[in-house]
Amino acid sequence: MGARAMPQRPRASPLPFLMQRFQQTSHEYFYTPMALLEVNNLHASVEDTDILNGVDLTIDGGQVHAIMGPNGSGKSTLASVLAGREEYEVSEGTVHYQGEDLLELEPDERALEGIFLAFQYPVELPGVSMMNFLKQAINSKREHLGEEEIKAADFMKLMRERAELVNLDPKLMRRSVNEGFSGGEKKRNEIFQLAMLEPKLAILDETDSGLDIDALRVVADGVNKLRAEDRGFLIITHYQRLLDYIVPDVVHVMVDGKIVKTGGKDLAIELEEKGYDWIRGEAVPA
Amino acid sequence: MPQTLEKIETTPEERFLTAFHAADGTTLNGSNSRLHTLRKEAIERFEALGFPQRKAEAYKYTNIQQVLKRNYTLQLAPRETSVTADDIAPFLVPDLDAHVLVLVNGRFNEALSSIGELPDGAIVTGFADAARTHPDLVDAHFGQYADHENDAFIALNTAFTQDGAFVYVPKSTVLDKPVHIVSVVSAEDDLMLQPRYLFIAEENAQATIIQTGRAITDTHTFTNAVVESYAGRNAHLDHYEIQDEGPKSAIHLSTQGYQHEQSVVRTNAFTFSGEIVRNNLCMLPDGAHCESHLYGLVLGRGDMHVDNHTVVDHAAPDCYSSELYKHLVDDDATAVFNGRVLVRQDSQRINAYQSNDSLLLSEDADIYSKPELEIYADDVECSHGATTGTLDKEAIFYLQSRGLSYAEARALLLVAFARDVLDHVKVEPLEALLDTYVTARFGPQA
Repeated sequence: MGARAMPQRPRASPLPFLMQRFQQTSHEYFYTPMALLEVNNLHASVEDTDILNGVDLTIDGGQVHAIMGPNGSGKSTLASVLAGREEYEVSEGTVHYQGEDLLELEPDERALEGIFLAFQYPVELPGVSMMNFLKQAINSKREHLGEEEIKAADFMKLMRERAELVNLDPKLMRRSVNEGFSGGEKKRNEIFQLAMLEPKLAILDETDSGLDIDALRVVADGVNKLRAEDRGFLIITHYQRLLDYIVPDVVHVMVDGKIVKTGGKDLAIELEEKGYDWIRGEAVPA
Repeated sequence: MPQTLEKIETTPEERFLTAFHAADGTTLNGSNSRLHTLRKEAIERFEALGFPQRKAEAYKYTNIQQVLKRNYTLQLAPRETSVTADDIAPFLVPDLDAHVLVLVNGRFNEALSSIGELPDGAIVTGFADAARTHPDLVDAHFGQYADHENDAFIALNTAFTQDGAFVYVPKSTVLDKPVHIVSVVSAEDDLMLQPRYLFIAEENAQATIIQTGRAITDTHTFTNAVVESYAGRNAHLDHYEIQDEGPKSAIHLSTQGYQHEQSVVRTNAFTFSGEIVRNNLCMLPDGAHCESHLYGLVLGRGDMHVDNHTVVDHAAPDCYSSELYKHLVDDDATAVFNGRVLVRQDSQRINAYQSNDSLLLSEDADIYSKPELEIYADDVECSHGATTGTLDKEAIFYLQSRGLSYAEARALLLVAFARDVLDHVKVEPLEALLDTYVTARFGPQA
């Protein structure tokens, strides 16, 4: 399988039709695909503490965006708000996903529309078998798309294929979700689920944390294989090293709940060299 | 004539005593003189003990008095029944090939039962029939394990014992098929039942017994049941009790298991409905190298009250016991768990494990959980763990983030919680049935 080979896609959802919109520029209308994700002036708080203070972010299909930033800058909160975690209160701003108001949707509706969050701390679900869990997740999505339930043989084939992508031991499929998995296995399991569910927007919340270099390579390799024209990635990380393996199109730096700097992949390297204080120093007077 | 327990100005105890003496020597007899003597003893003990009051420590959380006050009818003489095979059919376990014994209002109904072929010497029959046809066996075991001296409910049941079920598996005999005892309640009035069960697995014998109960009518019932089980040397006995009689049924079940050396006994108690359900389960591994496994699953809803009091009395060394009780408590329901493990002074090298986990699914649901480890030996390994919590929001969110609806996520987690107990059900068709039941109970459609 080539590095950019696209996994087999289910029948397209009706949504791509909505992805097109007319934009008026000077004297003519022309057709332009709308952004996959458009975040405008997003403010969010948890238990009355403001965490996001006006985030602006636009991701187009096919792009890989990285958000870096010091601890407590609000990176993971952004991921949580996008996935619909209920503890977070959005007080201001908008989030449009494929042109639709994302904040109106329940977490499961977001998932069915193609948003996937790879958890920083994947949850152990004792008694919930990997197989049943995955089958139910896949069939929920297929039902949403008006498709039939996946056939047992197709499911097994898909599972084997995608597990191989992240070098996940097929024996884990017979276990309960994440129960007794090592840290690396849990993270690889997240990417495996990403591969199974084929989202349009994949958000990776510090997937690299706690991984040794071999595990990091495996995870990055998996992600690279899943890069596709119609799939956007938002990769949240504290360290630049993951970005050595998953080369981003755009790098953002988040400080105190705001994106304070945006650049190309070199920004990550610069950040690694100069540290976050450099950004802080630059950002404060601005 | 049925005896009605008059409510006016008498205590429940007095009403039972009156009923006993009124019927003594007639309906309660039997040709068996030992049973007769035992009943006399038992009623005297009952009179002395009285029903446990609210202040009794063992009944602190379970107000059994409130259901004892009703005007129950005692059906002391056999009656015609209108229950048909069609009424029984829904209570059979699909795809289970079993020796089916049917009790209607606590009485063995031969016409509705299909016991089928048994290995040589094995007996599956009604208790009254067994007392008539195998008095030696009944004499040797009846009243030997359940303590009618000190327990008012056992005393009362012993005094009023008429019928129930009897299973006997002789030495080195294996019952390949489970025995399924189907208890059906069908009554016009509020009814008091006192069935008696005696299960005997002799040396090297093996048996599986499944008990299920359902009311097909809408009256209040109080069932004061006693199970005595005996496992001989190296015998294997699996017991499943599925309590789903209906919202108006109160159950007080006393189970006393006696184990000889190297025997393995598994008990599995499932409680799905009932107004008040109190289970007193006591295992007595009385020889070395016994294994005792106690599993329980309680699904509480509405204003159900379910109280499991268990005792494992390690009276012999080198034994193993493990206990797992799980509670899912919803609405206004209350669950009580009291797990006592007693390791006597000379019972060295005991491994005893107990765990009790509860999920509270509503603000008004209650659980009272109390482990009691009493250890007098010094070379033992005992542990207990009790957890109580609510559904993990993060787990729900995790599942939702994969596209499952809130209801689907909740159902999946609740069934998963029950899974540990379901996994110990060794009879496949029964496991499938219980699995379906639990899934339907919590399913998104429920």
